[in-house]
Amino acid sequence: MTCVAVLYWCICAVQTGHAAPAEHWAFVPPQRHSLPVTSNDTWPTSAIDHFVLARLDREGMQPSPPTDPVTLIRRVTLDLTGLPPAPAEVDAFLADHEVSPEEAYRRVVDRLLQSKRYAERMALIWLDLARYADTSGYQTDGPRYMWRWRDWVIEAFDQNMPFDQFTIEQLAGDMLPAATLDQRIASGFNRNHRGNAEGGVIPEEYEVEYVVDRVDTTATVWLGLTLGCARCHDHKYDPFTQKEFYQLFAYFNNVPEYGRAIKDGNSPPYIPAPTRQQQKQLVQLKQELASAEDDFQAIADQIEASQKDWENLLSSHANDAEGTGPDVPTTSAPPESELDWTIPRGLIARYKLDGDLANAVGQVEPGKFSEGAGSFVAGASGKAVECRQGLTVDAGDVAEFDYFDNFSLGAWIYPQSKSGTVVSRMVPIAQEKGYYVHLENGRIQVNLVVRWLDDSIRVETTRSLDLNKWHHVMMTYDGSRKAAGIKIFINAQEEPLVVHHDFINQTFILGSEPLRIGAGQSDFVGRIDDLTIYDRDLSAAEVEIVANAKLLDALVATPPAERTPADRTKLRAYFLSQPAPEAIRLAYDRVVTLREKQRALKEAISTVMVMQEMETPRDSFVLIRGEYDKPGEPVSPGVPAILPSLPKNVPNNRLGFAQWLVDPANPLTARVTVNRFWRMLFGTGLVKTEEDFGVQGERPSHPKLLDWLATEFIDSGWDTRHMLSVIVTSATYRQSSRVHRAQSLAGSATAATTPTELTDPENTLLARGPRVRLPAEVIRDQALAASGLLAEAVGGPSVKPYQPKDLWAELTLGAGAYQQSEGPNLYRRSMYTFWKRTIAPPTMVTFDATARESCTLRRSRTNTPLQALALMNDVTFVEASRALAQRVMSTHEDPQERITLAFRFATARRPRGDETRILLAGLDYHLDRFRQDPTLAEGLLKIGDHPVNEQHEPCELAAYTTIASLILNLDETITKE
Amino acid sequence: MDPLMDKRRSLTRRQLFGRTAGGVGAAALASLLGDQVPAEASRDVAGGLAGFPNFAPRARRVIYLFQSGAPSQLDLFDYKPQLAARRREELPESIRKGQRLTGMTSSQSSFPVVPSIFKFAQHGESGAWVSDLLPHTAQVVDKLCFIKSMYTEAINHDPAITFFQTGAQLAGRPSAGAWVSYGLGSENQNLPAFVAMVSSRIGQPLYDRLWGSGFLATKYQGVKFRSVGDPVLYLSDPPGIGGPARRRFLDDLASLNQLKLEEVGDPEIATRIAQYELAYRMQTSVPELTDVSDEPQSTFDLYGADAQKPGTFAYNCLLARRLSERGVRFVQLFHRGWDQHTKLPHDITRQCRATDQATAGLVKDLDERGLLDDTLVIWGGEFGRTVYCQGRLTADDYGRDHHPRCFTVWLAGGGIKAGHSYGETDDYSYNITRDPVHVHDLNATILHCLGINHKKLTYHFQSRDHRLTDVHGNVVDGILG
Repeated sequence: MTCVAVLYWCICAVQTGHAAPAEHWAFVPPQRHSLPVTSNDTWPTSAIDHFVLARLDREGMQPSPPTDPVTLIRRVTLDLTGLPPAPAEVDAFLADHEVSPEEAYRRVVDRLLQSKRYAERMALIWLDLARYADTSGYQTDGPRYMWRWRDWVIEAFDQNMPFDQFTIEQLAGDMLPAATLDQRIASGFNRNHRGNAEGGVIPEEYEVEYVVDRVDTTATVWLGLTLGCARCHDHKYDPFTQKEFYQLFAYFNNVPEYGRAIKDGNSPPYIPAPTRQQQKQLVQLKQELASAEDDFQAIADQIEASQKDWENLLSSHANDAEGTGPDVPTTSAPPESELDWTIPRGLIARYKLDGDLANAVGQVEPGKFSEGAGSFVAGASGKAVECRQGLTVDAGDVAEFDYFDNFSLGAWIYPQSKSGTVVSRMVPIAQEKGYYVHLENGRIQVNLVVRWLDDSIRVETTRSLDLNKWHHVMMTYDGSRKAAGIKIFINAQEEPLVVHHDFINQTFILGSEPLRIGAGQSDFVGRIDDLTIYDRDLSAAEVEIVANAKLLDALVATPPAERTPADRTKLRAYFLSQPAPEAIRLAYDRVVTLREKQRALKEAISTVMVMQEMETPRDSFVLIRGEYDKPGEPVSPGVPAILPSLPKNVPNNRLGFAQWLVDPANPLTARVTVNRFWRMLFGTGLVKTEEDFGVQGERPSHPKLLDWLATEFIDSGWDTRHMLSVIVTSATYRQSSRVHRAQSLAGSATAATTPTELTDPENTLLARGPRVRLPAEVIRDQALAASGLLAEAVGGPSVKPYQPKDLWAELTLGAGAYQQSEGPNLYRRSMYTFWKRTIAPPTMVTFDATARESCTLRRSRTNTPLQALALMNDVTFVEASRALAQRVMSTHEDPQERITLAFRFATARRPRGDETRILLAGLDYHLDRFRQDPTLAEGLLKIGDHPVNEQHEPCELAAYTTIASLILNLDETITKE
Repeated sequence: MDPLMDKRRSLTRRQLFGRTAGGVGAAALASLLGDQVPAEASRDVAGGLAGFPNFAPRARRVIYLFQSGAPSQLDLFDYKPQLAARRREELPESIRKGQRLTGMTSSQSSFPVVPSIFKFAQHGESGAWVSDLLPHTAQVVDKLCFIKSMYTEAINHDPAITFFQTGAQLAGRPSAGAWVSYGLGSENQNLPAFVAMVSSRIGQPLYDRLWGSGFLATKYQGVKFRSVGDPVLYLSDPPGIGGPARRRFLDDLASLNQLKLEEVGDPEIATRIAQYELAYRMQTSVPELTDVSDEPQSTFDLYGADAQKPGTFAYNCLLARRLSERGVRFVQLFHRGWDQHTKLPHDITRQCRATDQATAGLVKDLDERGLLDDTLVIWGGEFGRTVYCQGRLTADDYGRDHHPRCFTVWLAGGGIKAGHSYGETDDYSYNITRDPVHVHDLNATILHCLGINHKKLTYHFQSRDHRLTDVHGNVVDGILG
């Protein structure tokens, strides 16, 4: 049987000329080489520069002069925080720079590295590698909740967590001894892969795909290896066998997961992941509740006595009832209408069926007989409705529950035939969509059905009910979408259940079908009495009360010694809810309210998918041709033979594997990681094929520099901040990025006239600084920052900023509308934008963001007309232009000063004379046009939710908006220079 | 995707500016750079790989009418008269052979055979069998070549449609249209080389990856024309910055960018100036294209009245012809709603009504305009449907599950043998009995018609050369004209 694996069948165009695998440079541990001798002792400011200069010397080239301080602070601020420097920061730096350039720069670098913005910037890069998204991908692409993992990443960078720890916690945090909540959240890294929730998928196929994704992603991110090639056969180029692939597979193959993913929400295993604030609230509520319970407990005797008084009063009242008894306070007695009292909280419908079909709760239309007039007979309490074939009750639009709702349904039934539906909201045909409580051959079933067989839950009691007897039947469901979340009680006793189907993945809301009593799959023959419906799942103790049909007066009349425990529970519950003295009721209410609050808080806590080990490891096999249904030789976990073996002191499991990755003997992890830092700052890695350090990948442009960085990283204790600081303070990083040289360092005539573009178009030799278009997220974030719209808040659920209307609805199933956020959530940093994998945010994708369907190390960097259209016309940028215009108009009066400030917000520098002239002339032109037709100005100013500053004359504001848009469209604005 | 590789192979300045005449900014720029400005931006090719096409193409462009959800071959084209007598019989094990089924029906207790309730007849000189669901298609069968023996490897929608469009079941590979624009470049500098359009709001969701560029640069991805709002995202200028104001804006922008270019010398700046000019021209060329009010009544008689309504399949078919006339290389339509697990007779009738006339109209129209000779038209879904019934079976109602083992697609136009039927299935339309055609074979054949050797159109990524057909695919000579 063929399957998705076939795509891995690699092309066999063998390329020669590379070193034999065993001596391939990347598999040899990095060595710290001594610094080379260079032509110029004064240029280098760090070890990095010695390596770079030595190479330039060999090529007969010279480094570029340092870039000017304004360009430098913009470059380093964008690089380390993903946001531009504010004009005030630029001014402060310039002043400082006058005094002591080196210290001034180092202070800026330190400030940036300590900022939350830095942590967000680093996390953003990690999200691409981790294929993080807010939906599960594949066809149904429903929402999932992994933002708590995303926030963990931000926190880890904020705390400068050493990269070895960062690695271990993400790959195996769940397996650390006494793993903390944070460590378990961290392990969500390898649950960020897609999950297929399509109806009809074969779960075993996708169980394999998920594990393969983990192996591929982990190998790519940490080892820079394309191990996916070895899924189907031995690697064609690198020394990895297919068997070794499945040995790695075995490390990740022990997750208790199911191949068919949950469509709406997280797929198991997942854990509640309270935020820090929620954790505090939980502790506080727990304390408050404990104290409330203590207080309530402390008055137990008082309650007992008080209830006795009340009962005595009632008895005397009852005894006197035939007489006068005017001195007895009648308010203490349950009114006639409350004698059949039951638990009120969450009761949304109650059909007592005592002679009519009225609903005792709320103003709801009574039910109707399906035909003609039915009859009522003696019931479990009062009367009951008599159902028979063709004569049932239609109760209308009541109790519309769905698969993620909590609910409970209970009724007294007196079956006279072995099969028939007690209560339902369903298409009234066997196994059709909806929910139904059904008697089948004497056994009680609960059915939740979207599509029979593969999208449905059915549980059934093991024992049969006797015919021609009254039974109280109650089901409760906790909204967990699992059979285990359903309980069936018969006469208040929880019944053992057989699970027939246990997977539900979609809504079964119908809208059109009514609540039916005595009908659904088939008609019920017998009597039904006192149907109660709750919009929460009752506890067993509560079910006991609901199932107690005795009237309150009868309970009171029963001598206490003869009352059953169920009687006592019901009487006490009623007493506390109504007749008890105020002090007792308040104490009781406090406990109830706090329990409710606790429950509400727990329900509000987001979960996060995590890694977890099964108690008995799953067997792993070599899969022949990579196909899920073609197991070959069994394998146990192990690391590839070409790489060092596991360190002695670690277990041979996923945790040990993670420790092996960051063992100093591992030749790849440090190199791959520092290469990524280099790419982040220079636009290209020292190894250009960042995802492939294997034989087919490119060799490093500066092998000794790469090794120096790798060893420095390990020696520093895997200190990410230290590495970034070392690189950005190098002279190499601080060079001018001009391709034409205005002047050369040494004044050599040839160097001055030769554009480095001609000699080294890709800047492989690093004879100039990086000049690279900004990443998609940074382009938007910069516009928000420049305009003052940016809403800075770290973390939290993802948000939905502007997106063209209908983009989702056009491609998804009916319910696919995009609910745009409001207020500040329109202006959060782009890393918090809700990421739907199959329809990713369009402007981000236009600027080369990846869809996050799989782990991507390198984005393409294109230059297209669609980018121009987005920058000119996307409401995000039009609104930002207006906000920027308002900002500078409110600061200055003079047009030139206004334009200068707008220019500084976008590019950090002041425009030169020729630039100012173009901008001012443009301003005049647009102002003229708007004055000729002010309605155009009004139209432009209406774009975006941000309020218009009414103080500005509309035509003038529109003209400045146009100029601000021009500035945001400049090549320089969207480029790091 | 390697940005540097991409840059290396990207357009020379001459390619970029030579054909972007129009705007003041570009003209000024082109002369500044000493480039000649050709008189008109016509059909010469920009972009593309050296050496492509590899040989004389029979088709210059593709219109792909993808029927998403998988139409039932049993109810449209693959006529099985023998099944009438076997209605409700259990599917014999000798036919099913234990092959895998989807999770939706694998636990069904019975697999009753259900023949189509629709009437079939032979049409045209070729005598092709077509059911009465498709009266218009029946009129053009002599232009079509049916493949009755298509098969695929996937059994669920997402992997199956992804497999058709990208040659791989998992996400991450370029779509066929992206491969073609990467290989052959564009014939129209004012429009994208690859356009995708979607119709029908019911049925399986679609995903950007189906017209995505995978590991190729994002510039090769299909531009989705939308039926609401701007046909191309962000095409419209905001109020007050349209027309002459936009022109002024772009001229000022070009002047400022030009100053920067002179200062730093980065050729990316020159590219950016040119891309703004192209964007400006798209602002004119796209609305001209999507406004069908200049079409005569005869067009709407041909495609159906729906062709006046954006968002319908008929409108998209008409747009496909207009795009092809303008040299757009690859036009990819998706029509949703063919996934008939239940209520098949009712739902497939609705689908056919929405698509039949426009499909046939497009073929006729292309033919009459002489475009069919060098345009390749493809019609089909991601798999077929089972001969056994899924769900309820009554006298006039039934459903069919996914069936990857055989189904029908048709091709027409450039390079294809007209009035032909290729391949056969068994009496149950369950297994192929002659001339199987795999998805990779179909893709290899599509590329072949475009003058591309599918083994040569490669891109090196993650250790190896990738191609649309992976390491498989044989050109199906039997369908070539």
